[in-house]
Parts: sequence; C-alpha cells; structure tokens
Amino acid sequence: MNPLARFFVDAVKQVLTGSRLYWGWLAALVALTVVGVLLYSQQLQHGMVVTGMSDQVSWGAYIANFTYMVGVAAAAVMLVIPAYIFDRKDIKHVVLIGEGIAVAAVVMCILFVTVDLGRPDRIWHLLPLLGRFHFPESMLAWDVLVLSGYLFLNLSIPFYVLFSRYQGREPNLKVYFPGVVIAILWAISIHTVTAFLFSSNVARPFWHTALLGPRFLASAFTAGPALIILALQLIHRFTDFKVPKSSVDFMALVTTVALQVNLFFVFVEMFTEFYFITEHASGAQYLFLGFHGYNALVPWIWSALAMNLTAVTILTVHRWRQSRALLNTACLLAIVGVWIEKGMGLIIPGFLPTPIGEMFTYTPTTVEIGVSLAIWSIGLLVFTVLAKVAIPIELGTLTYGSGSAHPRGAHHGLHTPAHAPQGPSQA
Amino acid sequence: MTEKHPVPGEGAPQVSRRSLLKKGGLLGAIATFFGAGGAVAASNALQEDGAVADAVGDFFQQHYKKMSPEEIQAAIGRIEREAKRTYGADITVGNDPPLEGVVFGYALNLSKCKGTRRCVEACMAENNQSRDSQIQYIRVLELEHGHMDLNESDPYYDEKSVPQQGKVYMPIQCMQCNNPPCVKACPVEATWKEPDGVVVIDYNWCIGCRYCMTACPYWARHFNWTPPTIPKEQINKDTHYLSNRPRMKGVMEKCTFCLQRSRRGRLPACLEACPTGARVFGNLLDPNSDIRYVLENKNVFRLKEDLGTEPKFWYYTD
Repeated sequence: MNPLARFFVDAVKQVLTGSRLYWGWLAALVALTVVGVLLYSQQLQHGMVVTGMSDQVSWGAYIANFTYMVGVAAAAVMLVIPAYIFDRKDIKHVVLIGEGIAVAAVVMCILFVTVDLGRPDRIWHLLPLLGRFHFPESMLAWDVLVLSGYLFLNLSIPFYVLFSRYQGREPNLKVYFPGVVIAILWAISIHTVTAFLFSSNVARPFWHTALLGPRFLASAFTAGPALIILALQLIHRFTDFKVPKSSVDFMALVTTVALQVNLFFVFVEMFTEFYFITEHASGAQYLFLGFHGYNALVPWIWSALAMNLTAVTILTVHRWRQSRALLNTACLLAIVGVWIEKGMGLIIPGFLPTPIGEMFTYTPTTVEIGVSLAIWSIGLLVFTVLAKVAIPIELGTLTYGSGSAHPRGAHHGLHTPAHAPQGPSQA
Repeated sequence: MTEKHPVPGEGAPQVSRRSLLKKGGLLGAIATFFGAGGAVAASNALQEDGAVADAVGDFFQQHYKKMSPEEIQAAIGRIEREAKRTYGADITVGNDPPLEGVVFGYALNLSKCKGTRRCVEACMAENNQSRDSQIQYIRVLELEHGHMDLNESDPYYDEKSVPQQGKVYMPIQCMQCNNPPCVKACPVEATWKEPDGVVVIDYNWCIGCRYCMTACPYWARHFNWTPPTIPKEQINKDTHYLSNRPRMKGVMEKCTFCLQRSRRGRLPACLEACPTGARVFGNLLDPNSDIRYVLENKNVFRLKEDLGTEPKFWYYTD
C-alpha cells in the first residue's frame, strides 16, 4: 500500500483504538451532537421561529458563538509565530496542538454560520463560480473566503509535517515556510474581517467604531491562548506527549498581555460612550446600565468584567501566574469573561434599540442552546480526532510500516477526560 | 410585533441527501449535510403531482439576472403551481421590466398623517405578507410633538384612538435608498437596485443570512421566521416576480413601492388607502410630476440623511 493510503488507514485505526475514558469522552460528545441534530431538525421544519431571534434582534447565540470561535481560531498564530519565526523549540514542540485547535474552531465557525441561515439548502449560492459571490463588496463574502482559506492552511501545513514524520523524514521547513507566513497574516485577517463584518454597519452605532478590530484581536489573543493552555495541560496529563513547562509559561504571558490590552480597550470604549452620552451610546447604555427599563444584559456584562478583572489580577502578578492552579483559574475566568463580552455582549446591544427605536429582550431558546452545544461537541470531536492521530506520530510511535506491526503504538493515544474544558456555550 | 407560531404539519421526514455530497467542495458538503430544508420540501412534495419536479427545479434555479426568458417563465410556472398547492389560489406572476426614464420617489406629509395605519393594512393585503407572523412593511411611530428622537417613539400605540393630542405620526418603510447599505451587504447578490430605483429581492436566491437586515438603518427589511400563512380568500392574485408573489420561510422581504402596480402606471396601495392624502408618489425624472412639485415647493427632509444612504423617500410638513 502506498504511504498516503497507509497513512489514512493507520489514522483511522488510531482513532478507533483507545481507553475506556477515550471512548466515554467520544460517546458523550456524540450524544450531545445527536441531541443538537434533533433540535436542529425542528428548526428546519418550523423555521427559525423556534429560536429566540426576531426582526428586532435578528442575530443571537449562533452568531455570538461564531464571533468568539473566529477569535479562538486566530489565536493559534500565537504559537505559530514563536515556533516558526523566532524558532523557539519548546513552542515548535506543541505548535501542532494549536493548529489542531484552529481547525476545530474554524469548523465550528462554519457550522455556526450555517445553522444561522434561513435557507441552508441554498448555501451553494455562496460558492464562487457556481453561485453568485458578492466580492469584494460584501464583508460576509470576505468572511467566507478568509475562513475557508484559513481552514485549508491549517489542514495542509500540519498534514505535510505529520505525513513527513510518519514516513520517518523531518519535514523540510523550506517547503512549508511560505505557507506559515501566509497563515500568520491570514490569522490576523480572519478576525479583522469578522470585526469589519460588524463595524461596517452604519445602521448599528454600537458596532460602528474603528476600535472593534483591535478589540477583537485583543480578546482573541486572550481567550484563544487561555484555551490552548488548558488543552496543553490536559494532553500532558492524559497522554504520553509531554508539554514543556516553558511553552505553557509563554502562552500565559501572551494571555496576560492580551487581557491587559483588552481591558484597556473596554475602558476606552466606555469612556467615549459615557463621557457625553449621545444616541451612539444607546447600545452601550443597554448593555451596561439598561435602557428604557430593559436590562437583561446588565448582570452578564458586569459578571464578565469582574471575571476579566480577577483574571488579569492573577495573571499580572508573576508569583500567582506561576501557580498552575491559579493560572488555570484565571484562564477559565478569561475564557468565560471574553465569551460573554464578545459573544452576546457584543451582538445583542448592536441590535438594541432597533434603528427606529424599539426595545426588545432576546433570550436564546432550547433549540439554540442545544444546537450550539452540539457544535461545541463537534469542535471537540474534531480536535480529539486530530490530536489522537497527531500525538503518536509526533512521539514517533506511529510511522509508515509500524502501524500494524507494532500495535503497542496504538495505546499511546489521547485519553481526554470527560471534564475537559468545554467552553461556556451553555451559559 | 412578531407574534410567532411555529406551524406544525409543515415538517416531514428528512431525506438523506448524501448523493449530493460530491457536489461543490466543503461548503457544498456542509450545505448538503444541513440542507434538509430542500429535502423537507421535496419529501412533502412527494405526496403531490409534479411537486417533486418543482422542488428539484427550485433547488437548481439560477439567480434572476442569470436566467434566460424561458428559464424565468419556467420559474414563474413553478411559483404559480406552488401557490395553488399551498394556498389553493390561482395567482399570476408578472415580470414587467422597469419603465424607461422612470425613477420612483415618495413623499409623506407629516402634518396630514393621523396614524390610522390604513396604509399598513392596505400594504399587507396588496403584498401578500404572512398573516400569522404579521410581517408589516410600514411601521408607524407615534412621537411627542416637537421631538424627533426615534428612541422615544411608540410603534404600539392604539390606532383606534388617533390622533392623540400633542402627538405626531411618522410612517417608516423602505426608503429605496440610492446608496443602499443592504445591497452592499448581501453576500450572494440576492438583493439589488433596479433601474427605476426600487430595491428588490430574488426570494429564490436569498440564503436567509439576514445581513441586509443588520445593514438597514430604517428597519425596513423583514424575515420569514415561519412558513408564511395567508387565508386563500385574502391572497392577492395579481403579483410580480420581484415583489408581491408569495414568499417562503427563511427568506427576506421588503417594500418595493408596489412595483407590480407602479410599473403599470398605478399608485402604491398605501397611498390609495391613506384617508388624509398624506402621501405623494411619482416619477422623479418627470419635472411635471406631483413628487417633483413637493420636492421643489415644500420644506422636505429625509430620515438619517447624514448616513449617506440617499433615500428616495422624503418627509415634509405644511
């Protein structure tokens, strides 16, 4: 059998062998996915009326999660830059994990946008040539382009690296370095374009600010590396793949600086909105203080701010950041805090009050929550499968010809526990 | 506003579309995996003659501007048959092109408007909006006299006791912007500005992403959150492909200045229904038109003119 075919056969075998814990983890994710698919079929049957969205608040939990995940996807670049540009060996050692997270995150992004469509059967209208791609005018067309490009880059580069190692060769940096440089620029572009998707709307003053792009990047480089930190530690604990302490320390530093910058941006935004209140501030008023008696988001945004402030305090003090328990607490707080702040905290106030002054309270329904959980599960499944194959190759236990000859290699898999970080999408 | 009733019975067992997986790349695959919308339609249709072929035809239908005259005729045939199946009504779907040398404009006299909402009713009857979900193209706001802050307006005032002392009524509908942000936003060019200045939607091409809705500063675009419902006897059978033909769930719709009427020299339904004569409509390119008279002789203004959207809908007072 040729190496490529053998690679895929070995990969499938690898995915299908694992401990009880591994299978339990997969089963839990599949179960959540099945529930989500059933709920989504309700949405297909009855229309999007089964969501909490309406003409007043026409984007909700789906687009909130989408926006958050674009940030997580982009954050892989914080491993790619030190690994390939600054040639840090400890980061290079774990860079594939970051790229795996990016792939899972982009898959989730595409799914979140797809379930938000009223006519998913017509999604082919978005394909260049086959459909009618409104490029370069529509920012959504840009988003389709940058997200699919990013997915391709993050699949192809790790594939080249892994396939080389699988065949017992060291990957040739000259071959994939151009791809790495493109991927770095591309990572910045996916989140900038997503910010422009919102900030380009003259109809929505809350989003119509040049700070949105920088804020998106700062919050992305907070939540993304925080997730990577937790993922690295779980892999270190449950597999034979050992993560250098220095790589976690480096990501902790990235999270720290990004969160400091992010909080500064939030402060700048609040100052501008509230120093002299104009109509532009209505959305921010709704978010932080309540507006005309509507205040559903107020407890959420202040909780998010409290979480981010606690996290930044822990992270900023060196001694505290060095403690794994405190670092992990800070990461969890930042992950949830950013999820609220740039998820619902960003999407919903953009719609309220409506451009002609109406107020409304949006609450996600069971369908939206269940479908969102399912997409998170699919993302975790994608990451689990990618890591399950990548880790033994990185360890050198899964190579061309070894896969079937040494079944021992199959045990060096990923045994991810059921309590792995799952993100706060159920909030 | 939107009273939402999921309509049971529309749903049907989903058909696997794995055979289509080979078509068109990653997004195509996702579309197919999640694209049971079409499959639902198809399996529903299995029970009825010719419906399967129509569902397939709908699925592969091209963009309005890409279709040949024959393909448009075939699409119209499918729409008419679908209306018969869904509503039991024999509708005709016209396709009148824009008139040469005509750009439509609208003006509304705020001094005359008394907030009766007759325009809203007439619009719904004319344009076949879904009754259960109460889609309305015209939103009448009640404002305090002397104030123009829309955030202080009330769209839910009681029309039975109008006009109220000290209140002003301001109907808002699609402004048919000359520089429409909604058109720019659409990722698939499902909405565009016609040569007569009217912004239209190809309901068969819209993917329902609602980005246009986000882009509109006038809240003039509305989404079919439910499968539309209209009692058979209330269907307006005289329709246009780009305007008031029956829509489907999951797509956008909006005011088109009644182009099914205006392209035939008639006035929009909202204007005819207005009991106070507050509305003026006509050809902006005709120097002798009523609309031109208003623009030249009244103190007119446009809503949110500062956004640069160039509305073709003016307000004025006596």
